[in-house]
Amino acid sequence: MAKSALLKSSIAKKYWMALTGLFLCLFLAGHLAGNLQLIFGDALQFNQYALFMTSNPAVKLLSYVTYFSILFHAIDGIMLTIQNKKARPVAYAMNNPSNNSTLASRNMAVLGTLILVFIVTHMVNFWAVMHFDKNMPLMKQTVEAQGMKQEVYLGREVGQFYPADQIQLATEPANPMMPKPMVIKNGTDIYNAQANVKIGELFKDLHKITFAFFQNPKTGLLATILYVLAMGVLAFHLLHGFQSAFQSLGVNNKFTPAIKTFGKLFAIIVPLLFAIIPVYIHFVK
Amino acid sequence: MKLDSKIPEGALAQKWTNHKNHLKLVAPNNRPKIDIIVVGTGLAGASAAAALGEMGYNVKAFCFQDSPRRAHSIAAQGGVNAAKNYQNDGDSVYRLFYDTIKGGDYRAREANVHRLAEVSGNIIDQCVAQGVPFAREYGGMLDNRSFGGTQVQRTFYAAGQTGQQLLLGAYSALSRQIGLGRVQMYNRHEMLDIVKVDGKARGIIARDLISGEIQRHSAHAVVIATGGYGNVYFLSTNAMGSNVTAGWKIHKQGALFANPCYVQIHPTCIPVHGTNQSKLTLMSESLRNSGRIWVPKKKEDAEAIRAGKLKPTQIAEEDRDYYLERRYPAFGNLVPRDVASRAAKERCDAGYGIEANDTNEGVYLDFSTEIQNKGKQAAYAKGNHNPSAEEITALGKQWLEEKYGNLFTMYQKITDENPYETPMKIYPAVHYTMGGVWVDYNLQSTIPGCFVAGEANFSDHGANRLGASALMQGLADGYFVLPYTISNYLADEIRTGKISTDSPEFLEAEARVKDSINKFLNNNGTKSVDYFHKKLGLIMWNKVGMGRNEAQLKEAITEIAQLKEDFYKDVYVPGSADEFNTELEKVLRVADFIELGQLMAMDALQRKESCGGHFREEYQDAEGETLRDDENFKFVGAWEYKGDDISKEELHKEELKYEEIKIAARNYK
Amino acid sequence: MSAAKNININLKIWRQKNVKSKGSMESYKLDNVSTASSFLEMLDQLNEQLINERKEPVAFDHDCREGICGMCSLYINGRAHGPDTGITTCQLHMRMFNDGDTIYIEPWRSKAFPVIKDLVVDRTAFDRIQQAGGFVSVNTSGNTIDANAIPVPKHDADRSFEAAACIGCGACVATCKNGSAMLFVGAKVSQYALLPQGKVEATQRVMNMVRQMDEEGFGNCTNTGACEIECPKGISLENIARMNREYLKASLK
Repeated sequence: MAKSALLKSSIAKKYWMALTGLFLCLFLAGHLAGNLQLIFGDALQFNQYALFMTSNPAVKLLSYVTYFSILFHAIDGIMLTIQNKKARPVAYAMNNPSNNSTLASRNMAVLGTLILVFIVTHMVNFWAVMHFDKNMPLMKQTVEAQGMKQEVYLGREVGQFYPADQIQLATEPANPMMPKPMVIKNGTDIYNAQANVKIGELFKDLHKITFAFFQNPKTGLLATILYVLAMGVLAFHLLHGFQSAFQSLGVNNKFTPAIKTFGKLFAIIVPLLFAIIPVYIHFVK
Repeated sequence: MKLDSKIPEGALAQKWTNHKNHLKLVAPNNRPKIDIIVVGTGLAGASAAAALGEMGYNVKAFCFQDSPRRAHSIAAQGGVNAAKNYQNDGDSVYRLFYDTIKGGDYRAREANVHRLAEVSGNIIDQCVAQGVPFAREYGGMLDNRSFGGTQVQRTFYAAGQTGQQLLLGAYSALSRQIGLGRVQMYNRHEMLDIVKVDGKARGIIARDLISGEIQRHSAHAVVIATGGYGNVYFLSTNAMGSNVTAGWKIHKQGALFANPCYVQIHPTCIPVHGTNQSKLTLMSESLRNSGRIWVPKKKEDAEAIRAGKLKPTQIAEEDRDYYLERRYPAFGNLVPRDVASRAAKERCDAGYGIEANDTNEGVYLDFSTEIQNKGKQAAYAKGNHNPSAEEITALGKQWLEEKYGNLFTMYQKITDENPYETPMKIYPAVHYTMGGVWVDYNLQSTIPGCFVAGEANFSDHGANRLGASALMQGLADGYFVLPYTISNYLADEIRTGKISTDSPEFLEAEARVKDSINKFLNNNGTKSVDYFHKKLGLIMWNKVGMGRNEAQLKEAITEIAQLKEDFYKDVYVPGSADEFNTELEKVLRVADFIELGQLMAMDALQRKESCGGHFREEYQDAEGETLRDDENFKFVGAWEYKGDDISKEELHKEELKYEEIKIAARNYK
Repeated sequence: MSAAKNININLKIWRQKNVKSKGSMESYKLDNVSTASSFLEMLDQLNEQLINERKEPVAFDHDCREGICGMCSLYINGRAHGPDTGITTCQLHMRMFNDGDTIYIEPWRSKAFPVIKDLVVDRTAFDRIQQAGGFVSVNTSGNTIDANAIPVPKHDADRSFEAAACIGCGACVATCKNGSAMLFVGAKVSQYALLPQGKVEATQRVMNMVRQMDEEGFGNCTNTGACEIECPKGISLENIARMNREYLKASLK
């Protein structure tokens, strides 16, 4: 009995909503810490962070848990919403719920759906580009050596760099007369062209993508506004969701006021900081 | 008809034990062959149904409410008495027995009351085992408080919701049996008649209140636990649906109805506000532990208050008449209910009432003294030995709130006045009926196989019930008496087999019920049921109320007979029989109330004495106290139905014998 | 205290012949309602008027009329038990309304509480939940242990009492946007979970009651807290949390 109860019963569904929700809150905190480097760090730091997030095995594992949580949170939420709609087949002619509950608490499904839409577009815009785009730019820097400006690709090891003019890119025609000594393979690996030996690895330039996205003269402003709005939606979702998760897990005791306060701060501060980043990129940088 | 109370032989304290030891039993394997119907799911009904179900009988339980948990036992506020002596103030089974007999003004059966006192402790044990959350002290032990008419603390309570908690306890036990399939529950079903076969109770006719279907249910025994008949007054503290129909229907089929004139008028209710009022709200008697009852000493002050020119808080201490403390210094504000009620009526009749309604009926229940006392205690307890007046008042109010918060809020919601700042206005209202179906020691009525429990019977409270004793009696009857005595009866029924509901007796009873329903629906009168009910209520309150006299009782008898005639001629019931029809439910109940009302007046007329809740103005002493006539009226007056004309009912007397208690004038001074 | 006065009101009331038929909101006008009347006395007055006009009176549930039996219901102007808090409909007074007001009166809306007629709904689902486990399995006998043999800490006894104060009216279900019964079930589970007498059966109790609750078709709790606000007895959300804990404990056993 216990096994099926832990999946099917109404209360178990609440546990799963709560657990996945709280995990996603942790994810948000981590994600925010990285994103903040767009403001407080330089491009290298940000790209190092992006690399870490996509390559570290522990992080990878966590990211799978995250994908699962998002999916489960969404599916479970939809199932609950359907069950809840069925529980009241005839609506009230006159209803006045603002007297007894907050707008956010009554609209978690709507807020959640909007967030899901946001997550999908967000992943298309950044995550998919980072993971799958063959034309993902690699991180370059302009260095000044002996009064000459020169573009170099930064390697992942400290001190490594590769002058851009010595790397044969797949997108440009090769000059058989003057073959370049290095070539890029597998997206980010740099090889000695003749020996076909890997000599280093490069950074994908997510930083550039991000800046370009929000600074795009045509769509940058719209993207910024939509991003900020999405964070507003997230804030409302968290405003109810954070403390609600604790209640669902059965935590309602002397710490509850503190949890509620923390939840409110979390719900406001996290999305606010997220939202500041595109605004900063669009308007300040 | 000779009334045989079947009181067992032997010394009073041994009667119940001996009796139990010699009652016949039904073996566990035979119990599933036996059906029992329980009508009503209050404390008595729910506890009986649960206990009988646990024993293995097939039980069918009926209630007219949408759930057995709604029965009006739920509304009892103050507490339940039990002779546990947890407070070490000299309580004992004997004292509880004695207090109850004395409180009932020596008009109850000694043996029944002693049994009640004996099992009172078991009730508390049983309820605690069921998870009833009684109030506790910090040491984890059960708390007690005092109630009117006693000098010990034997009342167990759960804030102001004791009845609720006890009923929910019984309901949980009943629910368990329903879940186990041993009790079949019929919610929203009303019993409309009893069926007798060969003189024995063999079933009931019930109406499904949702579909209107008339159903025949058979059983080897029928338990009636349908509460009291206070709603005969229209305005009472009873629930709107509380009715006498089950009790009255068995009366018409041969069960004697005892002491109908014994009605308890509760002293602390919120006064009537207007003609649309549908019911009266009780303020728990426990408030008399802390409140002082008074009216102005000067008539002109009372008049000024009624005119809205003076506020009670403006009346100086020396101009207040704390009439209960004045008249009954030993018990003060904690005199029994009948005494407190009459004293209030006496003051209001004399022109000192303070409520600005048609009748000026209202007195004050004042908490200001308690606020000061408790405030000071609380300050001292906090180590503040020099509290300011404001601190004392604030702490005192806080104490009141902890103790009576829900009652004070309830009062404020209803009256729009703040009882922390200004005294409560209260007035007596019909609350409980000590009279009821006559039963013997086994709780069996004069119809074999028809048992009556709780407020619906007459047995334990004499002419006046003490506070916190109704809950005790309901649960005692259901948990600890009926299971034994019913089994004794059923021991002879193990060979009877299933009882058919197709016998002529069932069909005839069904036809009787259908007839009366159709008569009302086709009556095509002009006035609503409530119109007649309110008229009946006024007659009853004015002439068969707190003070009664021969002339008015005679008037009442004629007026009610006339009202009955008008009612059958002119009542209008909309809708049809085969649907949810609340007016139809009401008309059937009011028809029975009207007949009962007449019998109450007749009973009050024949009882030429004053005792307990029955106060005949002709029989009082120089100080206005009740004058009993033990020589001529030390009996239970049980009436036998003799046909449609109620005035033909015949009175039978069961002489009350007091072997243990020396009968005396009741004195609370 | 404001003196009682008479007001005239407009009523919009759900009328439905029986469980099978479709219902609709109907309009009524009612004059000279005393502000000292209770809300149900106002409905009595309306019914008296309807009966005198030979029309069918409005069916509504009510019994004790002092806020304890839990029989009365009604969704009044968009709120369970009407605009006041901490009370049942029978304790609502007409002084909460003004002359000329339009008052919407609807039955509890829940799949698990089908409408029987007009404003009357079937709440036996609550009974069935109780039957599934809302009890301590102790038979009646004259010799259970002495009531004071098991001391119960006052704090626990008080919390248990607060949970037991539930009157089973169904306002929590009616007001919950999900039609969830978790406040009701949580209160019942809590009452027993807090007492030593109830601990023995705690595992089965919570599993069985929650299973029955789900079978009845109640919605799920999304912690909006509306039930706690509208509950006439102020039953706390803590009870739902406690039920969640008890359920988790029971599931892991």
